Amino acid sequence: MSDLPPPYTALTRHPMLARTNHDEAARFNFLTHLNRYISGTLGPGNRLAYDTRVLPAFRAEHGRDPEHRYEIRDAMNQDPFHRMWSALKRNSMEMRQHNGRATVLRQLDELDALARQFNEHSGMLELDPSIEQPEYQTVVDIHCQPGGYHSEERPGDVSAGANYDVGIFATTGGALGGLNDGGGQAVVAWAKKERPGWQPQRILDVGATVGHNAVPIALAYPEAEVIAIDTAAASLRYGAARAAGLGAKNIKFVQANGEDLSRFPDNHFDWVQTTMFLHELSARSMPKLLAECHRVLKPGGLILHVEQPQYSDAMPLFEQFMRDWDAFNNNEPFWSAMHGQDLKQVMARAGFPLDSQFVVGVRAVVDRSIFPAAETEEQEDYGRAAVWNAYGAWKPQAQELAA
Amino acid sequence: MTANSSESIDWIARAGARPKGRRPAYFDDPAVDRLLSLSMALVAEVSVLRERLDTVERLLEAKGGLNRAEIEAYMPDRAAGEERGEATRAFIARVMRGFAQEVEAMANPDPPIMDLVEKLSRE
Repeated sequence: MSDLPPPYTALTRHPMLARTNHDEAARFNFLTHLNRYISGTLGPGNRLAYDTRVLPAFRAEHGRDPEHRYEIRDAMNQDPFHRMWSALKRNSMEMRQHNGRATVLRQLDELDALARQFNEHSGMLELDPSIEQPEYQTVVDIHCQPGGYHSEERPGDVSAGANYDVGIFATTGGALGGLNDGGGQAVVAWAKKERPGWQPQRILDVGATVGHNAVPIALAYPEAEVIAIDTAAASLRYGAARAAGLGAKNIKFVQANGEDLSRFPDNHFDWVQTTMFLHELSARSMPKLLAECHRVLKPGGLILHVEQPQYSDAMPLFEQFMRDWDAFNNNEPFWSAMHGQDLKQVMARAGFPLDSQFVVGVRAVVDRSIFPAAETEEQEDYGRAAVWNAYGAWKPQAQELAA
Repeated sequence: MTANSSESIDWIARAGARPKGRRPAYFDDPAVDRLLSLSMALVAEVSVLRERLDTVERLLEAKGGLNRAEIEAYMPDRAAGEERGEATRAFIARVMRGFAQEVEAMANPDPPIMDLVEKLSRE
């Protein structure tokens, strides 16, 4: 097995996946290789530019080293290599969106009809038109996906979710596996190992978009009832149909806002999960959402947030700067501030005592016979690699809290 | 599913919609930003054409003839997928050579050529 990414056509063609014609698949193949080249072959140039000229110039001008990642960013944004590298990477993101949207929009009639069919029969979709899109989802289109997760090309369509699903392979260099669910599979593998025989009855996935990471949990725990919530109906419509097409029966896609889970009673869920979601919130909404997650979680239950590593004092400023790229160049405006927080303290304020918390590293679980291993640390495409930290806690029993 | 069927929307125009959020200016002259987007789109299309030609060659070799539906539906097997993947990797390495050599030059910098001209004229 070489370390080449597999061809796009190796993706599992589940019923809802938009069908690519020859050239659309070839464009994704090109972008997959281009992304790897930009991060792997050209990425180290950023460090070289910093060490050999940007940092020396900064020291000469200020008489000290940079004290914040934003100082490095300001300096690097003047460097010709970093500018060109960023421009290439931005173009690659834009081209991925263009190709994904072209693929989806030209066959939207069929995708919409199929989704309607699945959703009418499965009963796995519950939309609530009274849910408003929060400002942090609408100030920019996250990931440079035109229309974000929530917009429609025409009322009731699945274009947002379908485009998200059809192109994520190229963005991640194929590292998320045949169903782009390597993150959810990783969470399942961790939980099965950590608590063998555990049978959670109710599971809540907050910020589920199209359910890439919630469906593997539902399939791995068939006795559980999984609720996947998101504010974006356009993504949920696609996600519910996709899940039905994959044979999941014990998952429901519900339009709801994680900041207000009042539809659920206290102590209701055995497991509350977010996967690569907290960085898409805002400073005010994140603590509200985490407090709600705490409230609806049963004592003894599991909370797990999968994210890229938080910036800490131990993380070199240059690495923080590289990991911040998406905040400024890929429309992820909360990314920088969120990763700058001490998530353990944030979770403690939401009700999870520090001694109930843990942090574990998780790596995408994919079919290694087809898909390449997640990048090693040296090749890491900062902020994109299929290697995450899971920030979790087992909610203490009431008597433990009283003690 | 390769037919184009989207009533009521112009899928070609909408495919290239702009994402909300101001785009960073990467270069002092905006024309350079536009030209890079144009160049990379063309680079992608050349890669697509090469892959399509490879598909045509493989189908012709295997069957002695072809129809266009077969091209659209073609899925390389493991070996063909790796050969095509390697070809794409090599193609990108050719068109991106200038950038890769810039990285190399930063890692192992050379003095200005005039320094060497003067040095060899002296020594």
